[in-house]
Amino acid sequence: MIGELTNKYLRMDRLPHMWCPGCGHGIALGALLRAFDRVKIDKDKTVILSGIGCASRAVGYLDFSTVHTTHGRALAFATGLRLLRDDVKVIVIMGDGDALAIGGNHFIHACRRNIDITAIVLNNQIYGMTGGQSSPTTPQSRLSTTTPYGNFARAFDFCNLAIGAGATYVARATAYHASLMTELYANAIKHHGFSFVETFTQCPVNYGRRNKFPDPASMLQYMKDISVPFKVAQNMGSDELQGKIVIGELIKEKEDVELNEVVRERIMKFRGGAQ
Amino acid sequence: MSAKLVQGNEAVVYGAFNAGLKFFAGYPITPSTEIAEMCSRDLPKVGGAFIQMEDEISSIAACIGASLAGFRSMSATSGPGFSLMQENIGYAIMAEVPIVIVDVQRMGPSTGIATAPSQSDYMQVRWGTHGDHPMVSFAPFSVEECFTEAIRAFYWSEKISSVVVLLLDEVVAHMREGIDIDNVENILEVPDRGPFSEEKEGFRPYKVDRDKGAKLPPLGTGYRFNVTGLVHDEMGFPVEDPEKTGDLIRRLHNKIDAVEDEMASYDERYTEDADVIVISYGSVARSSLRAVRELRKNNVKVGFFRPITVWPFPSKRVRELSKKVKNIVVAEMSMGQMVHEVERSVGDSCQITLLQGIKGELITPDAIHNTVSEVISK
Ligand SMILES: Cc1ncc(C[n+]2csc(CCOP(=O)(O)OP(=O)(O)O)c2C)c(N)n1
Ligand code: SF4
Ligand SMILES: [Mg+2]
Repeated sequence: MIGELTNKYLRMDRLPHMWCPGCGHGIALGALLRAFDRVKIDKDKTVILSGIGCASRAVGYLDFSTVHTTHGRALAFATGLRLLRDDVKVIVIMGDGDALAIGGNHFIHACRRNIDITAIVLNNQIYGMTGGQSSPTTPQSRLSTTTPYGNFARAFDFCNLAIGAGATYVARATAYHASLMTELYANAIKHHGFSFVETFTQCPVNYGRRNKFPDPASMLQYMKDISVPFKVAQNMGSDELQGKIVIGELIKEKEDVELNEVVRERIMKFRGGAQ
Repeated sequence: MSAKLVQGNEAVVYGAFNAGLKFFAGYPITPSTEIAEMCSRDLPKVGGAFIQMEDEISSIAACIGASLAGFRSMSATSGPGFSLMQENIGYAIMAEVPIVIVDVQRMGPSTGIATAPSQSDYMQVRWGTHGDHPMVSFAPFSVEECFTEAIRAFYWSEKISSVVVLLLDEVVAHMREGIDIDNVENILEVPDRGPFSEEKEGFRPYKVDRDKGAKLPPLGTGYRFNVTGLVHDEMGFPVEDPEKTGDLIRRLHNKIDAVEDEMASYDERYTEDADVIVISYGSVARSSLRAVRELRKNNVKVGFFRPITVWPFPSKRVRELSKKVKNIVVAEMSMGQMVHEVERSVGDSCQITLLQGIKGELITPDAIHNTVSEVISK
């Protein structure tokens, strides 16, 4: 099955990929291909953009119109690309540092504008590409090459931030929950408006190694142990949820107006209300 | 239509619309804001879109995105915002995406004086983004030229598939002159992109002659290539091969060199018998022209030279002129930036005197008059 999908959606001549053995980004890419198939995506009518980082390298392998932008700015490129082109699906793949440190401002504004873009963040809680520096999602006290005595700052809660900023579809999965991931990606792509799926992935090389995870499997096991499905979490107190992450669809709004509709309506108004 | 009073910034928008502008993304900043405001009002009327972004970094990013989607795109800003745009200016150069950026120069460094004119972004326009790259920039000095140079900026950005900076200063941007927008003559026709090969599979947008710009079809139309700021191959995929790297960097320069003469534009008056020539651009050139005319009345043999294409600097012509005169006076609202290009062009064929303007005020005709008189009496 996956072989069929890789032939269909990947640029096979661009393989082998650049990710390290055991990297979680590949699991996410696999889920994305399955989601593409589920929503019957049109390769010629889809543009996939990314920022800079290991996660963002995914676009180079995807057989679509792809744009590998600058660090942190992919959502801003995507906003311009999509505004007059409601005939195309726009998907953006980013890393945690990419989307939330250097690109944090663009992230919250994309949420607020409710433009029809699907944003997928592969959150490995570290700067993978540059060799393991701390990111805004590195948990407190964890080690990185720039927090050799333990990370002082608190980690961002990506999903709460997106909800606070007004995103109309917010969901979370982990690399352990690959089939959930596929479902969430598919739903996000189908969603009308801005959709965001945070995806925990493992970086065994630059995070696991420094933080007492002997191998990629132990990192996946950890993700499994700390995950709580959204429905279950509804009946848990905040004490019980300490140190856990909630997975599944956290927000899914139906009725909101999407930015492109506003743009289109305005243009139509000046054309004398035709259509 | 008959002539009406139009502001420089407004004329830029008229020019951009004439050139087919469909997308504007920007962030408010004096003295460029009128451009954004006018685009927000008028773009929907022509089937285009305006968006106010969260900063200038995202503004230029959105413009690049919209251009990749197939639309003529522009942003307008001033010093602080122009500094923020630099990384993505380099991206558009590397990925060869046509966009026009208007920089209305104001006093710096930093926040400086928001409402005061300046010409101290001249070198930032050229060298603001990192890495080896060429740059194209046009500087109007009148309201009508704001209109025609905006069109020319779009024309060349499409031709070379890259960034063109339309370089104004606060005086030119806010000045009002009577022009008849509908009857300006010799308007350039901005070329459409393409045609693109019908064979979409395996299309190579960066497979072009060694002195040509890339040919990027709008994304999401069946051509499935990659766009990146990394060194890339003909299909846009990252490579690190030394030969391919050298070829790409050289082509980015070659494509500008190949059209440099055609792109060159300057305004030259009274130079035939001149002993001294005043070189200036933008609003300062208005003062220069006045000073030169006054001096001519007193039989002083002074000439006037004004680069309109300020990058690439019209070195050839300046070199030729320098061989015929004893002195060149460069007047600019900075500590001296364009003067370096003049020096580079002139070598030791004549004396060069710099008149600086660093007080946030337009250099007056009197100041230029006096400098020329001093130079001559030496
Ligand atoms: C403006 C800028 N600053 C810094 C960098 C260097 N840089 C490249 S990738 C990266 C971090 C990537 O981390 P993340 O977004 O979490 O992605 P990951 O590699 O972990 O998948 C940084 C800092 C850059 N390319 N551009
Ligand atoms: S450094 Fe980490 S994130 Fe990057 S490819 Fe290797 S394992 Fe994956
Ligand atoms: Mg990361």
